[in-house]
This record gives sequence, structure tokens and C-alpha cells, in this order.
Amino acid sequence: MSLKQYQEVIINPLIKENPITLQILGICSALAVTNNLSVTLVMCVAVTSVVSFSNLFISLIRNYIPSSIRIIVQMTIIASLVIVVDELLKAYDYETSKKLSVFVGLIITNCIVMGRAEAFAMKQKPLVSFFDGLGNGIGYSIILIGVAFIRELFGAGTLFGYEILPLVSNGGWYMGNNLLLLPPSSFIIIGLFIWLIRSLQKDQIEEDDFEVSKHSTMPDLSKRELNV
Amino acid sequence: MNDSIIKTIAVAFSVCLVCSLVVSSSAVSLRDLQKENKLNDRRLKVLQVANIYDPSISISEQFSQLESKYIDFESGRIFNEYQNFNIEEYDQIVATKDPNLSTSVPASEDIAIIKNRENVGKIYILRDDINKIEKLILPIRGYGLWGTLYGYIAVENDFNTVSGIEFYEHKETPGLGAEVDNPKWKSSWKGKKIYNNNEVALEVIKGKVESSDTNGIYKIDGLSGATLTSRGVTNMVAYWFSDSGYANLFRELDYES
Repeated sequence: MSLKQYQEVIINPLIKENPITLQILGICSALAVTNNLSVTLVMCVAVTSVVSFSNLFISLIRNYIPSSIRIIVQMTIIASLVIVVDELLKAYDYETSKKLSVFVGLIITNCIVMGRAEAFAMKQKPLVSFFDGLGNGIGYSIILIGVAFIRELFGAGTLFGYEILPLVSNGGWYMGNNLLLLPPSSFIIIGLFIWLIRSLQKDQIEEDDFEVSKHSTMPDLSKRELNV
Repeated sequence: MNDSIIKTIAVAFSVCLVCSLVVSSSAVSLRDLQKENKLNDRRLKVLQVANIYDPSISISEQFSQLESKYIDFESGRIFNEYQNFNIEEYDQIVATKDPNLSTSVPASEDIAIIKNRENVGKIYILRDDINKIEKLILPIRGYGLWGTLYGYIAVENDFNTVSGIEFYEHKETPGLGAEVDNPKWKSSWKGKKIYNNNEVALEVIKGKVESSDTNGIYKIDGLSGATLTSRGVTNMVAYWFSDSGYANLFRELDYES
């Protein structure tokens, strides 16, 4: 393995092949746990360690896994890792684990973990698989932290629980945006991130699935000239 | 070669064996820590609601200055021994699931939607230097919007003035109903009165309490955007301070002193 390949598997998933903004995976937890930065951070660490170690262990036994039961073997390993992470959280960071509640358990169903196991770890050597998991975990974390930053700052006026914008309800001047505290706001923020990344990285823009036919009575909005 | 039946079974079996060993050993080895965390979390809330929490001293040490007592909801009597339970470990929420230890609340009286009420509750008493009751810390619970809110309310020794409120478990919407955890809102409970002419009058209203309101002493500012949570808290207070709740206890203690 060349050093370059290690670099690639870690750096590519950060922006270029980001699991959330390019592959649109792992959206569920990105909606659910991003209203508070400190909770988000713990979730990111949990997901990153699960995806790294599941990649490592699956890659270690990849040559022995019968293809007929490979998905279920992967799931067993992933689920065990998630339970261990959940137990550790309950023992060492009880406050956060209470706030994360079911979402730690739901890492099992996070498509990023399963996707990396199936797409990468089943074919590659253990160490490089581990770093691939690490890269994807960090790529996931970057987006989550970005979303949580916006949601917590403009929704609750705090960062990591420390007051930045004093809320009207606490005697300050900032009127918190309640929409940002509700999960659907993450959709909007993630959408904005995707827009931003795709306008910087043009190769991420997908081709249209279909074209509006020439004799359509619907106006083709992409060719409309603005005459305001 | 990997796909022979024997190999498939062997791999499945060994993966399961290794995984189950890892999972069970982590669960067993961390159980004590987890149990302690849960207990400390509960105790922390009790100390906070009594307004005696000092972060520099360990929670269990501070907790020892509180007196734990059983209370019989029917008679309002407090006592120290109940069946084979150890009072530190007795959990009234678990008791509500045992038909021998709880009574189902008739739907007409079940304003807080708790379904079953334990026959015997557990309360905490804070005494002052001359051993007089200073505060009572009483567990309360009731349904909000998404689920049951569990918490404690502290009452002064006139058994009518609220000294504090804390919730240790709820499922309310962050930023809206979950503002029951907002320190400013919680502190607005301090000094409010529960009973007016022997009726529970304390309620969470819609909007803000006007300073000109003569009954303002019985009213708490509503949580904006969380009407159902606010109503749930009002119902909870109404239930737990009625005769089905702690009213008998207050009469009993009044009589004693």
C-alpha cells in the first residue's frame, strides 16, 4: 500500500466524496442529533469509531465470509460494536447518552457504516479499510458539526451550551429561530451545504435524468431569460 | 469454497459467538458504573430541586443529609419500613407495574394520565439545625405532549409554597416543550402558592403572568409554543397535590406539628 492511497481514503470522503452531501447517506441521524453541538460531537465520535472498527474487523475476516450470508455477518459485527459504544457511553458519559437516547442504537442502521463495509472493507486490506472508515466518519462529522453549529447558534443562541446570542426569553435581545430547533431544518441546511459544495466542485453536479421536450407547453425554466 | 454449507454454518456460529462474548462482557463489566450514573443523576436532581447542590462535594455525601421516607398515599402517613424493600433501592415507578404494589387510577380522576399510582411513594425530607422540617422533595409525573415527564417538586414547610421544580426525564420537543428545563422558567416557580381555599390553584397559564394580576401568586408563565406541555404540567400539579397525591401527607404533617 502506498502512502498516497492512505491519504486518498482519508481525504476523499471529507468533501469530494462526502457520505452525506454526495452520497446522501446517514441523513436520519443528521436530522435527529444536530440541535446541540456537544451531543453532536459525541454522536460523531460514536459513528466514526463504529465505521472504522467495523471496516477493520470485516476486512480481517473478508476472505472467510461466505457470500450468501455476508450482509448478516456484517450486520452482526456492526450491531455488536454499536452496543459496546452504547454501553461505554452509558458508563462514562451518562448525560449525553441520555440525550442521544435511541440514536446511538440506530447507528446500526446508518447506511454509511453498512455502505463502507459492503463497498470497501469486503475488498480491501484491514489497515486501509480502517482508514477508509475513519475518513468517512470524519466526512460525516464535518457536515454534522456544521449543521449543529448553525442550528444551535441561531436556534438556541448558544454554542456547546454557552450563551453567545442572549435570547429574549432569558432577558436578552436575540429572538431564537424555533424552526432551527426542529429536525426538518437540517434538511434545509444540508441542502444549502450540498448547493455550496456543488457550486465549488462542478464535477459533483449530476446530469439531468430527462430533458423537457421541445413541444412541451411547460416553459423550460432553465432556459428562461429573466426580464424583471 | 466459502459457500459450502458446513463453512457457512461454521462462520456464522463463530462470528455470533465472538460478538456475543464481546457484547456480554462489556455489558457486565460496565453495569456497576451505569447503575451508579443513573442513581447519581436522580440524586443530583433531588439536590438541585432542594437548592442545596454544591458541585465541590460528592453527590452521595450531600445526599446523605436528606431523609428518605415512605409515604402511604391513602392515609398520608410517613414510615420507614415497607415489606422487604431497602428504601434506597425502592423505585415507585417500578412499583406501578406491579398490581400488588399499585392501584389503577380511574379514568375520571386520571388528569395527569399516569394510569397506575403506586400505593406507597418515596419522598425526601430536608431538616434544619433544630430538626424541624425545612423542605419536602416530592416526586411528580404526568403526560406532556410526547410522553410522561418525570420530576421532583420541592415544597416549603408551610406545605403551600413551592421552592423548586426539576424534571429528570421527558420527551418534549427541544426548544419548545423541553424548555421545562430552562433555568429561568424553573426559577419562576419559587415562592408560588399551591392551594387557594384548600383547592389546588397553581397552574401554568397561557402567555405571561401580568404583574397587576392579584392571583399571580398561583400562576406560572406558559412555555411559548408548548401549550400541551404547559397543560400537562398544570395537570400534573393538580393531580399530585390533590387527595390522591400528597394532600393527605400535608394534613398529617400539619397535625403532627
